[in-house]
Amino acid sequence: MSPTAGRTSRLDETFARLRARGERALVAYLMAGDPSLDATRRLVVEAERRGADVIELGVPFSDPLADGPVIQRAGIRALAGGTSLPRILEMVATLRAEVRVPIALMTYYNPVLAFGLKSFARTAADAGADGVLVPDLPWEESEPLRAEAEPAGLDVIQFVAPTSTPARVKTIARLARGFIYLVSLTGVTGERRELPKDLDAQIRTLRLLTTKPVCVGFGVSTPDQVAAVAAAADGVAVGSAIVRKIEEYTATPTLIEKVGDFIATLKDPLRAGSSAGFARAILGGGTEERAVRRATTVGRGA
Amino acid sequence: MTTLPDARGHFGRFGGRFVPETLMAPLLELEKAYAAARRDRGFQQRLASLLADYAGRPTPLYFAARLTEHCGGARIWLKREDLCHTGAHKVNNVLGQALLAARMKKTRIIAETGAGQHGVATATAAALLGVPCEVYMGAEDIARQALNVFRMRLLGAKVIPVESGSKTLKDAVNEALRDWVTNVHTTYYLLGSALGPHPYPMMVRDFHTVIGKEARTQSRRAIGRVPDVVVACVGGGSNAIGLFHPFIEERRTRIVGVEPGGGGLASGKHGASMAAGAVGVLHGSMSYLLQNDDGQVAVAHSISAGLDYPGVGPEHAYYKDTGRFEFVSITDEEALEGFQALTRLEGIMPALESAHAVAHAMRLAKTLPRSKVMVVGLSGRGDKDVYVVAKALGMEIG
Repeated sequence: MSPTAGRTSRLDETFARLRARGERALVAYLMAGDPSLDATRRLVVEAERRGADVIELGVPFSDPLADGPVIQRAGIRALAGGTSLPRILEMVATLRAEVRVPIALMTYYNPVLAFGLKSFARTAADAGADGVLVPDLPWEESEPLRAEAEPAGLDVIQFVAPTSTPARVKTIARLARGFIYLVSLTGVTGERRELPKDLDAQIRTLRLLTTKPVCVGFGVSTPDQVAAVAAAADGVAVGSAIVRKIEEYTATPTLIEKVGDFIATLKDPLRAGSSAGFARAILGGGTEERAVRRATTVGRGA
Repeated sequence: MTTLPDARGHFGRFGGRFVPETLMAPLLELEKAYAAARRDRGFQQRLASLLADYAGRPTPLYFAARLTEHCGGARIWLKREDLCHTGAHKVNNVLGQALLAARMKKTRIIAETGAGQHGVATATAAALLGVPCEVYMGAEDIARQALNVFRMRLLGAKVIPVESGSKTLKDAVNEALRDWVTNVHTTYYLLGSALGPHPYPMMVRDFHTVIGKEARTQSRRAIGRVPDVVVACVGGGSNAIGLFHPFIEERRTRIVGVEPGGGGLASGKHGASMAAGAVGVLHGSMSYLLQNDDGQVAVAHSISAGLDYPGVGPEHAYYKDTGRFEFVSITDEEALEGFQALTRLEGIMPALESAHAVAHAMRLAKTLPRSKVMVVGLSGRGDKDVYVVAKALGMEIG
């Protein structure tokens, strides 16, 4: 039986728990099947153990037009190893016995279409996946997927971009489930030395239009950047930097440990009371809940 | 029927806008700018005068007497887009979109190209308007279309080799979209075929319908009626939709699109997305697509770089489903025969893309009586293909 729509989703629970603790979420991206599905399974277990709050599980696609070179290469490796959406969902089902961390599938639309929307939604939810992000599916085209996913208990996570107009943001926020993925910059995924100067303002503008959790991704790759973004967001998504670590250690016996270490350094600034991050600077007085609210409206440096 | 696509860019279940959120606002802006340009008399006059004085329109509708005699059946007329400035129909759309880019005050133009014809046309328009231009081209296509690469460079464009995926047109579109998503505020993406997210399939079609409108008028003048059959090659389908669209409501005209059959459909090495594809989403729109059971897009194969694409424009997919358009395929070998026949019999060297249409027209003409009239879209000239043809025929140049 699939979970019903009435149930609070694992993503909602996670963000509520983190908010209550004054903590921010680390959304860790892994390309399923890179270097193998078995390695991915072990990486997810390790990622949860080292502090990842949400796992974004990439489904490799032949034409990943929103991705930069690092994730493109990971996708090519995964496809060369025979990774497919059905096999990924089987892996998620076995993972569910080992981890509680929410898992969101990051997939382009065509593999989902080929699977069939209804059967994808049911299979993914039954396997224990919590959400799905489809970077080439703007809200205008998302109705058929939402119509199948939501009743099955699979959250369709929506994107907001720097180019999104206020009218679009309102619609997106209304349709969003789980969390809103704020794309930090105009561009493809990949590490950047600097994040856009107006990112704080972008996050705060989005806050005025929604109370749903906001996670920021694209370009965020170092603990310092994570700390900076976390000042205003509920979570930070890191992809290419993790995938590059996997690429670097792929054939070594220390792969799992090294990636785990890196994930721990990314999570560190997101913990409540972290010396490296936003929390001590902002959570000075009052209840955590009020402080978080202040943090989101006043922002970094308040 | 002419009201397609609908407000969200759908042709029935096809088309649409399947792009990252970052591109949605720019696409909506483009749609608005195009709608305004369409109503702007000054814009239309400027385009019309460029098409006439710069591109060389109208192109002739030419009766291929020797080819007709050779086939011994229906009369074959050629719509001579190969005589357009830059050597192919591509210039019709490029001039329209380049004027639109200027109207939108974009300071940089990017494009993708397969055979290089769209790249050359875009580089030409960019030179004409004095705008910097960068063209994405698959590394494999760069190797087999060296002449067009050099032409683009002479015109001042930067040709960026694409090393990802199959290193052909599909990957060049991916890379152009990645560039656009990054430089969206300054850059105009001048897409070269009737595909991609709305409004591109509609806009590219509109700019190319001049082909079909002229052909209809010329046909009435020359033979007193519309043709019985129109034939064109279909990769993405820009020259085909341009020729076909004005005939959609002419019920007595059969409309036939010719897909690249490569080594034959049974070989699995071809680009016949209508014959062997399934409905899917690639490059921003839903259409027929060559793909495996897991939804991974297949690599197309064709001797002609311009047809080497695993998808097809959404409007073609729609009219395939309604039955209004027929689709057939022609193999590499047959296309080469068409190329040689037209060259030897008429002194017209067609592009390998267009040679697919010629080859099918020859096949079909043999089955029809002389009373029937066929119009074949001769989308481009073949100079660019002489190296590929020489290699395929085991000949040496010079």
